[in-house]
Order: sequence, then structure tokens, then C-alpha cells
Amino acid sequence: MKQPKTLYEKIWDAHVVDQRDDGTALIYIDRHLVHEVTSPQAFEGLRNAGRKVRRPDLTLAVPDHNLPTTPRLDAKGNNIPIADPQSAAQLEALEANAPAFGIKYIGASDINQGIVHVIGPEQGFTLPGTTLVCGDSHTAAHGALGALAFGIGTSEVEHVLATQTLQLTRSKAMEIRVDGLLGPGISPKDLILHIIGVIGTAGGTGHVIEYRGEVFEQMSIEGRLTVSNMSIEAGARAGLIAPDDKTFAYLEGRPMAPKGADWDAAVAYWKTLPTDDGAVFDKSVTINAADVAPTVTWGTSPEDVVPVSGTVPSPESFADPSKQDAARKSLDYMGLEAGQALHDVAVENIFIGSCTNSRIEDLRAAASILKGRKKADNVKWAIVVPGSGLVKAQAEAEGLDRIFTDAGFEWREPGCSACLGMNPDKVPAGERCASTSNRNFVGRQGPGARTHLMSPAMAAAAAVTGRLTDVRELTR
Amino acid sequence: MKPVTRVEGRAIPFGQKNVDTDVIIPAKWLKTISREGLGEGAFEAIRAEEGNIFDDPEYAGANILIAGDNFGCGSSREHAAWALADLGITAVIAPSFSDIFSGNAFKNGLLAIAVPQAAIDRLMEVARTDPITIDMESMSVTTPFQDRFTFEMDPFRHQCLVEGLDEIDLTMAKSDAIERHEKNSDSAKPWLTPVAA
Repeated sequence: MKQPKTLYEKIWDAHVVDQRDDGTALIYIDRHLVHEVTSPQAFEGLRNAGRKVRRPDLTLAVPDHNLPTTPRLDAKGNNIPIADPQSAAQLEALEANAPAFGIKYIGASDINQGIVHVIGPEQGFTLPGTTLVCGDSHTAAHGALGALAFGIGTSEVEHVLATQTLQLTRSKAMEIRVDGLLGPGISPKDLILHIIGVIGTAGGTGHVIEYRGEVFEQMSIEGRLTVSNMSIEAGARAGLIAPDDKTFAYLEGRPMAPKGADWDAAVAYWKTLPTDDGAVFDKSVTINAADVAPTVTWGTSPEDVVPVSGTVPSPESFADPSKQDAARKSLDYMGLEAGQALHDVAVENIFIGSCTNSRIEDLRAAASILKGRKKADNVKWAIVVPGSGLVKAQAEAEGLDRIFTDAGFEWREPGCSACLGMNPDKVPAGERCASTSNRNFVGRQGPGARTHLMSPAMAAAAAVTGRLTDVRELTR
Repeated sequence: MKPVTRVEGRAIPFGQKNVDTDVIIPAKWLKTISREGLGEGAFEAIRAEEGNIFDDPEYAGANILIAGDNFGCGSSREHAAWALADLGITAVIAPSFSDIFSGNAFKNGLLAIAVPQAAIDRLMEVARTDPITIDMESMSVTTPFQDRFTFEMDPFRHQCLVEGLDEIDLTMAKSDAIERHEKNSDSAKPWLTPVAA
């Protein structure tokens, strides 16, 4: 009998080009997504060394991080220039580098443009059983479709462009098993925030996490993308969820997905990928789904989570002295007091978007809360940023844009937006933001900005009440 | 890449845990198309504070940074490694590093040296007054006071650093194996080539 293998081991083994005696291996990369921020120095490196892109056909370039989310075309259909000269130069570099190296480029005003991690699955570029990389840590998202997907630095981007491979050390396999199902009103975002709270931001370091259990089988692909996306927030370079009929149904007919006989052959192969019975994980964590409540972050690390019905923890409640110190600094930065009820915390800004939560189901969830309601007066700035032009068009076809604008939200063009404070969408210093993004680091949404991470429905609920709110109060 | 066999000098006893990449270099500095000049934005929020350790004259010219657990967590931005290098840092010593950061550091010849917390505690103390030495041959961190802490490193990375090898050149020397892999997968998994949309 063959040795039982995990999904991770199967994908790894199928991509070893050359195994070194010291345990590292040259791994073939099937898919490479490129964006404007982490690629210019890589293209420059290729140019300086006189190298070509080995497989432009396996590479896809799209701008997302820097791009303003305000309208891109004027009334005559001409591009509106980008005000920030540095951003403009970086975007122009990608626009020039992609065709110069023969890479397909989806431009800013193309309806297919969007956040790299939204368009990969959406275009059928991301496939189960493939290795996929991008110079962005949230590449972990694509593991939702059963792809071994991880973020890389710019030197690695250059290495993949030149050789279509990476020299890697095999990670350990970690299982996060979730028992039971999520309660009503509890979303995949609540689940992944809860998981990060349990294992910590270094809990998955050196590991690839496979998420297992019925909750993931029942979860939509978009929900799975939200979960796998934040694997990096738990320290794991990649997350994985076994491909199943939902995965195949999601991918079938997507523009870049296999067609006809190729599709059938692909599905037959993908069905062999799930972890075998008896396969051994290096580390295993069990989570009880019944423990997951609508969750928000209180501090400046994604592990600083608490049910929204709870209170801000006291620094002394942590066993580790350095965590106590970090908690004190976080509370100071966040302007919170130990023991304060989270639902008393007022928010001035709402951000619905990012590669974690900007897909159509996210927008539907937020709109279902906002329908017929308005944002509270103390909410000064509320924006919805669809993850791609296709998501935006779908939302508009469903009338969701009207629900958002009627509620007092701005309806924006696709991009990374206020997730990372590098384009014009920023949260002012000292103000709070109920945000569906993935990182609540100091200064992440702008210098001095105070981020509370949560699900789209919870961000919508916060917009309505003007404070952190258990969304279930609005749905009863 | 220049070979790195030994790093010697004063170290900044920073010591913080979970230092994320947004702390090392905030996103607004990522708009550059160059690898140079990022030191200006390095630890920007911390350096805005009066009396911060990075601007302490005691550590002027220090080339080693001592930090806590999980250094470099967060984003994949190689700008974090470039910013440290631009600050003049040639080695970071911490109990652990995020996977992506340690890879990025390696690619830039910046040493990411993992030693246990007890060793960190001692090095933090020494760093206040005296220099520290990292020797790649013996894979050890030493102080002028007979302290000696050994560390481990992925053998491939160790070899590349010590010999100053260019990784892309090394991989390109294996182009036969890469071609073989491509031929095999073209015949076994023809669906792997994306449909040109």
C-alpha cells in the first residue's frame, strides 16, 4: 500500500524539479501573479542581467496596491492621471514591463482588473494542485481552491520570472480541524479571526495549514478564500482546503480554466489530491466551531481578538511579560482601556474591501444589513471597494451599489484601497476604522489609524450604529 | 552577491517581539522602483519618538539589530530587508523570524540569525556597552566576555551566503531538469497551461 500523504505533500512531490541532499528542493511554479509594488526591482534585475521571463504564459500582471479607487476614466473615456508621481511611476513601470517581457497585463480600466487575489480565482488562473506565487503575503488566499500558494519577496519574484522555479525548504504540515458548524450570523471571517486568536501570529510559522472539517466542506469558495487568505496572519506561509465539487463548480467555465477534455482530465486529477486517510500532520489543532462568536480585534496584532460582546482585556491577563508590554502599547495606540466593553467603542470610518473580504458574497452580506438603513452621524467616512471590476459589475446588476450609496457609503473602483495605507484611501490619525481587511498593525491604514478587524456584516452593522456592534442585534 | 563570512560590530538592543513589516517600513515607502534609500523610512513610527533607541548616539553606526520573537511578521515586502540594509544593518539576531522575512533577508546577504531567548537576553545586555561577533564558519555568535551561542541555518542558504553565490545562476545551471519537468507536465497535465483569455 502507498504511504498516505497530505494534500500539501502531494502538491509538493508533484513539483520537485531537483532534490538536494540538504533537504531543499527546486520547486516548479505553475502560476505567477505580478503587481506593481513588488515587481519593478525584479524586472530591473532581469534587464540588468540580460535575462528573459521563462514562461510569460504562466504569468499574469495586474495593478492593485497603489491604484486610487476614485474614477479612472473621464467623461470622454480618457484615463484620469494619477496625482501621486511615485504611484504613477510604479504603475507605469508595470504597464511597460509586462508587454516588454511578453506577460499578459490587465490594465486599470479593464473590467477584469482587481486585487490580484480576487482575480486569480475569478479568471480561473488559480487551479487546484498547482503551485502559485505572488509578491504579496496574502497569496495564501488561493489555497482555498487547493493550490499551494504563498507570498514571496522581490528577489524571489525575479527568480520565478527567470526560472519558473523556487529553491525551497519543505514546510511542516499543520492541521486545523474545526469541529461542528458555525452558528447563525457567524461568518468565515469570524472563524479565521478566532483561529488566529487561538494559535497566535506565530502559531503557523514554518507550516502550511490545512483547514479540515465539515464547516469548510459546507463553506462557499469565497468563504474559504477569506479563511485561507489570513493564514499568513497566523504565521503560515500557505493555507490549504481540499478541492471538492464546490471548487470544480466554481472554476468550470472561468475564462482561463481548462476546457473540454482538458477540464475532465483536470477534474480527475484534482479528485486525487485530498489528504489520504491515515496521513500524518506535524502539528494538529482542534477548534470548536461553537466557540466562535462575532469577533473583532482590540489591539495591533491580528491575534488580539475578542468576541464583540466582550471587553478589552487587561494587559495583566496575559501570562507572557512581553505580551503584557505589547498589550499596554496596543491599548495606548488604540485609545482603549482595559475592561471597556467593545460595543461601547465608537467608530468614525468604515472600510469594506481588501483581498480578504471584497467578493460578491461579502458585498451581499454587508448590503443585507444596510438595506433600508443609513450610516450613523458619527461615521464620517464609509467606503465599499469591490475586489474586481467583475465583482463591481455583478453588485451593480444586483442593485447593491444603490443600497450602499443610499446608506451613505462611497462606491469605489477596485483595488487594495484602505487595507494598507499606500494609496489615497487612508484612515486619519487617532480615528477608528471598522475594517474588513486583514491587518490591524500600527499605522497600517495610515499613520496613527486605529483598526478593528471584522466581517463585512459586522462592518456594516458598525456603520449603522456608529459603534462596534454584534450584527445579530440588527438581524433579530 | 558578496560573500558574508563574519559580521562584527555594535548591536542595537531593540528586543521587541512580533515586529511586523509595517513597523520596519510603512507602506507609503513602498512606492519606489529602486532598492535604495529606504533607510529613511525604516522604523519611521518608532523613530518619531523622542529618545528612541535607533537614534541613540550610543548605537550610531551599529550594524547588528537584536529583536524578539517572530521578527518580520506580516507582509512579503522585501523593502523590509532593503530598509534594514540601507540603515547599515547587516545582521538581525532574534529567537525566531517570519518565514518570508528570513528568505528576503537571505537574498540580500542580510543575516537572520536565530538563537534562543536566553541568548537574546544576554546579547541585549552585552550590546549596551560592547560589540558582538557573528561567525558564519563556526555558526556562532560571540561576545568579548567568552559568551558563545551557536545557531543553525539552512545548509543551502549558508553555502550561498558564505560563497556569495547568485541563486538565479545556480538555478539556471539546472535548466535541463526544469525543461524535463515542463515536458512531463505538458504531456501528463496539458490543462496546466492557462487558456489564453
